[in-house]
Amino acid sequence: MTTLTDQEFLRYSRHLLIPEVGLSGQEKLKASSALIIGTGGLGSPISLYLAAAGIGRIGIVDYDVVDSSNLQRQIIHSEETLGMLKVGSARTRMLGLNPFIQVDAYNEPFTAENAMQIATGYDIIIDGTDNFPTRYLSNDVAAFLGIPNVYGSIYQFDGQASVFDAKNGPCYRCLFPAPPPPHLVPSCGDGGVLGILPGTIGSIQATEAIKMLLGIGSSLLGRLLLYNALDMSFDYVNLKKNPKCPVCGENPTITELIDYEEFCGVPGHHTEEWPSEWDISALELKEMLETSKPILLDVREPHERQISDLPNSVNIPYGELASRLSELNTAQEIVIFCRTGNRSLHALEVLLGAGFRKLKNLEGGINEWAEDVDTSLPIY
Amino acid sequence: MPIIKIPTPLRPHTDGKRELELEGKTAGEVLAALLALYPDLNDHFYDEKGEMRKFVNIILGESHIRDLQGLDTPLADDDILRILASISGG
Repeated sequence: MTTLTDQEFLRYSRHLLIPEVGLSGQEKLKASSALIIGTGGLGSPISLYLAAAGIGRIGIVDYDVVDSSNLQRQIIHSEETLGMLKVGSARTRMLGLNPFIQVDAYNEPFTAENAMQIATGYDIIIDGTDNFPTRYLSNDVAAFLGIPNVYGSIYQFDGQASVFDAKNGPCYRCLFPAPPPPHLVPSCGDGGVLGILPGTIGSIQATEAIKMLLGIGSSLLGRLLLYNALDMSFDYVNLKKNPKCPVCGENPTITELIDYEEFCGVPGHHTEEWPSEWDISALELKEMLETSKPILLDVREPHERQISDLPNSVNIPYGELASRLSELNTAQEIVIFCRTGNRSLHALEVLLGAGFRKLKNLEGGINEWAEDVDTSLPIY
Repeated sequence: MPIIKIPTPLRPHTDGKRELELEGKTAGEVLAALLALYPDLNDHFYDEKGEMRKFVNIILGESHIRDLQGLDTPLADDDILRILASISGG
């Protein structure tokens, strides 16, 4: 006796026609559940396609609100949902696409405290997060629950995807036992991302999740897909279980969830709690400039200076800073800035390491300057 | 000579170069040649104690060199090494 209604027969007609899916496959999808971490760039196509495919219960976790800078890639949201909770915006869109599914929205950060409780009961986790702490957390939760974790990650024109499943193959930690120190990896917020890239990688993640839930095909388990949109290249790396993996290796050292922000050395969730004694606000800098002439060091990429700029600033992109220190003078006061204050904080660490002391970091970057001081400048 | 492919996040340290042909009979020798050419990259591969950072992954063809002979993995002249980037965007 089928569990599909007449309306669902019609809705899923194109699935029912494929022998590998058919009626029993569609019923499997209806009886299955998936937890999507993040409703951003990757989460958008994942949520839409899993909803359309008729996964019976889909959980979505996010704590953010929709911002206009999201809409270049986060296509589940829209102008109409600006300012709304992302999970609310996504849930409405998913149920608009398919009212025959259940969408459970978790409007909270995914943390070591709530992760097991949220994830227990789901058949699969799909990692659509944008930071290392939550990636390690998603991996560990999936490993401890014995369910697959469908991985995807993006940067500029590059994407990666795989299926991690500690019970049957490698996990994320087999490949990356520990994250890079924060100063060595730019985020999409710093380096940018081609808007359609998460569309490609998120669609691959959704494909893998659907295949895993159906139990068909060859998955990316044991293979890492490397995609480059500029070259339109798809390369693969074979992955094996790492015997030294701290979670699923021969002698695991991590057997329960840990403090992921401490482990990665960065906050996993956009938070105000990352104060720096070196910070200077835009308004304080305005006052400072009335009485003194510090070096204004712009560590953004040259093309960003076409968008907004501070008068008389010096440009040394963050990536070149270590090799161009001779252009700076330790005796002079230096105010470092970037777009939002993140790259400049890393630049400050480089300069501190090189013996510079008369330093300030423009908190909130040139965007805060544009908001509080020179409103003629665009915020980007 | 073997070719080593540079991932996007490291290209600011290699004058934007996407790949380089470098002398070396093993993966380790090619990596050493890369670091000699671009010393700024040292921080990416080795920590303060001189140990290789745990997130560093070097790939030969479709295989992780960890599954071959690590840095001692021998290379043919037409081999292509790839440094795997650790990226977190979503």
